[in-house]
Amino acid sequence: MALLQISEPGQSTAPHQHRLAAGIDLGTTNSLVASVRSGTADTLPDAQGRHLLPSVVRYRAGQAPVVGADALAAAVTDPLNTIASVKRLMGRGIEDVRHIGTSLPYEFVPGSSGMPLLHTAAGNLSPIEVSAEILRALKTRAEETLGGELQGVVITVPAYFDDAQRQATRDAGRLAGLNVMRLLNEPTAAAVAYGLDKGSEGIIAIYDLGGGTFDISVLRLNRGVFEVMSTAGDSALGGDDMDRAVAGWLMQQAGIEDDAGHGQLRHMLQVARSAKEALTVETSTPVCIERDDGTRWEGYLSRETLNELIAPLVEKSLVPCRRALRDAGVRTADIGTVVMVGGSTRVPLVRERVAVFFGAEPMVNIDPDQVVAVGAAIQADILAGNKPDDEMLLLDVIPLSLGIETMGGLVEKIIPRNTTIPTARAQEFTTFKDGQTGMSLHVVQGERELVENCRSLARFELHDIPPMVAGAARIRVTFQVDADGLLNVMAEEETQGVKSSIEVKPSYGLSDGEIETMLRDSMAHAGDDRDARRLREEQVEADRVLEALRAALAADGDELLNAAERALIATAAQALETARAGNDYRAIKAAIAAVEQASSAYVERRMNTSISKAMAGHAVDEFKSQ
Amino acid sequence: MDLGVLDSRYRELQRTVHPDRFASAGEAERSLSMQQATAINEGYQTLKDPLKRGRYLLELSGYNLGDEPHTIRDTAFLMEQMELREALGEVRGSSDPFAALETIMERIATDIVSLQAQLRENFERAGAADLEAAAGALMKMQFFRRLQEEVMDLEAALEDELV
Repeated sequence: MALLQISEPGQSTAPHQHRLAAGIDLGTTNSLVASVRSGTADTLPDAQGRHLLPSVVRYRAGQAPVVGADALAAAVTDPLNTIASVKRLMGRGIEDVRHIGTSLPYEFVPGSSGMPLLHTAAGNLSPIEVSAEILRALKTRAEETLGGELQGVVITVPAYFDDAQRQATRDAGRLAGLNVMRLLNEPTAAAVAYGLDKGSEGIIAIYDLGGGTFDISVLRLNRGVFEVMSTAGDSALGGDDMDRAVAGWLMQQAGIEDDAGHGQLRHMLQVARSAKEALTVETSTPVCIERDDGTRWEGYLSRETLNELIAPLVEKSLVPCRRALRDAGVRTADIGTVVMVGGSTRVPLVRERVAVFFGAEPMVNIDPDQVVAVGAAIQADILAGNKPDDEMLLLDVIPLSLGIETMGGLVEKIIPRNTTIPTARAQEFTTFKDGQTGMSLHVVQGERELVENCRSLARFELHDIPPMVAGAARIRVTFQVDADGLLNVMAEEETQGVKSSIEVKPSYGLSDGEIETMLRDSMAHAGDDRDARRLREEQVEADRVLEALRAALAADGDELLNAAERALIATAAQALETARAGNDYRAIKAAIAAVEQASSAYVERRMNTSISKAMAGHAVDEFKSQ
Repeated sequence: MDLGVLDSRYRELQRTVHPDRFASAGEAERSLSMQQATAINEGYQTLKDPLKRGRYLLELSGYNLGDEPHTIRDTAFLMEQMELREALGEVRGSSDPFAALETIMERIATDIVSLQAQLRENFERAGAADLEAAAGALMKMQFFRRLQEEVMDLEAALEDELV
């Protein structure tokens, strides 16, 4: 039974139209889900009242996987099958994994693309599937708490995540059966959570130090519009590294060798983490280590020693900070507010250094573990359509330059970093052989000149180029980055107006075919009736389309459409209503397409009218300076 | 260019068409919104940057920028470039490299401001000779832009070395 929704006075959405939406913080160490209820955004706890869900999944042969605190408990005894910090593996290849490898005691086997699979007792799994398990657990929690099916979610990602990492996150959402409305950058989410006072204006720095990643973003807030000016970070720097530094010192003190077993390493890391956390309030804390051979070591860790061990890591975080300020064209003096995000920002040394660097006391009033999920929930609420009058708008940027490989292993930059999204750039290519019908483009991300120093994103294979004399073809390739920061490539041969079909071969991800297979398999595994689910999905979509159409016609149908046009749309809508009442999901899908087709001119007219209204009453002269 | 007005106009327009406004809408609307938002971003970037803006205005005036590149014969300008480059080369060896970079940046900023003043005049008069002069000024601005990039790269390198 759904909880009664109590609307705020003035809210134009009628209670029964409230769509269930949630924001998900899929973190390296912990994950959370939050939702807006009765006007406030809150994180949702589980049955035991715990808000944080440890991002740990344990696999056992022939049994369902275990997610969360129960899985974490097994990390020490069953390290190879208990997967933690899977976020560090999303969109990564085998070389990256080797680099992080010593700290992650898993067994890797090669996968179909460059992405490695994790070898567990339940089979070889991709990091995407592991993340999907975590998302599934949060989906269940949210749906049980909110009393209904989620219409859509917003999942957060580090601002510095590249295309492969973002795509992997989106794929995990899809696999978990979620409608991912937007991938939101974590620092932006934090700014949204704090920016509840719509009147505030200024330049904000978001310092986000999580378990495994560090992000710094510089944003300008002006009357409800958050504009990201720049973003930078280190996708391999976080609280986990602090734990490792402390664990290393403890191992020395306790006389434990580097080649200790996986279980011993896990134990060391847990002891190190507890000690680090205790030192947030204490100046000294007792430490007790169980060695593999059954003996113990007891000692103390002081805050002074902790500070010495982690100081280089904190300094490392300031490098991207300087870069972000430079890219934004601002100085530290221009920063009005600093927001701290991520559990690791509780460490006293971090707060001290950040306060000194930015010359401002950092804001910490919202629980740094929850702030990202809260911000995501606020945006999810808006994207789901629950707040049609809300003025908030997020203008985000692409964090890394996109380029293509050219002759000699060089990179030609197509879209520079910190470009506001969505954005698109077109490039002209031609053929070099007579009758050539195909072409391959290698897209990379990064700031360096050589391909080998950048991250390989994917190979885009163009097919169906009309055969011509070498050099005669004019192939216009459009690189488009959407609001999620994901790249789409389109190509058209201009002299003949023929669109090329494009096959995407991700360097570190799953192809569409692989995801389809996984989706099919997971549904079979869950015992779901696939057709019943498809029918429900199409019915929900049909309701959405009809609702939107009704609202639009009520607003400006008379103004923008003549009787004949209106009748056409009405007929298509009627046909959809009939289909929706039936049992054939394919018929509903076709009827939806027909309605969209019938109303496409209307939709375009509406958009042009809004733009004209926004431009109305403004003369070109207004831009001239005094 | 009144940047304040440009900024608020930009935000108003994005509020109307941004994909976030259409996250729950149909295929056609989302695709249109993407195109419009992209175009608006493009327009904003072009108008905000003095170099891009200048080029755009030249194009609008019918001046063909694709013609043979101007060779810059302005000796005062060439001298300035050489001096700035020399100063840049001496930064590493100086007692306060960051201050030295700051000085260079300020000099370049002043030069760009005077070029902008010249461009304003050129575009207001908009005769054939003015457009020619504007093209020349834009070429000079490009030189300065490249220098700015080199200064920023050097600043980045120096900062990274600090750690």
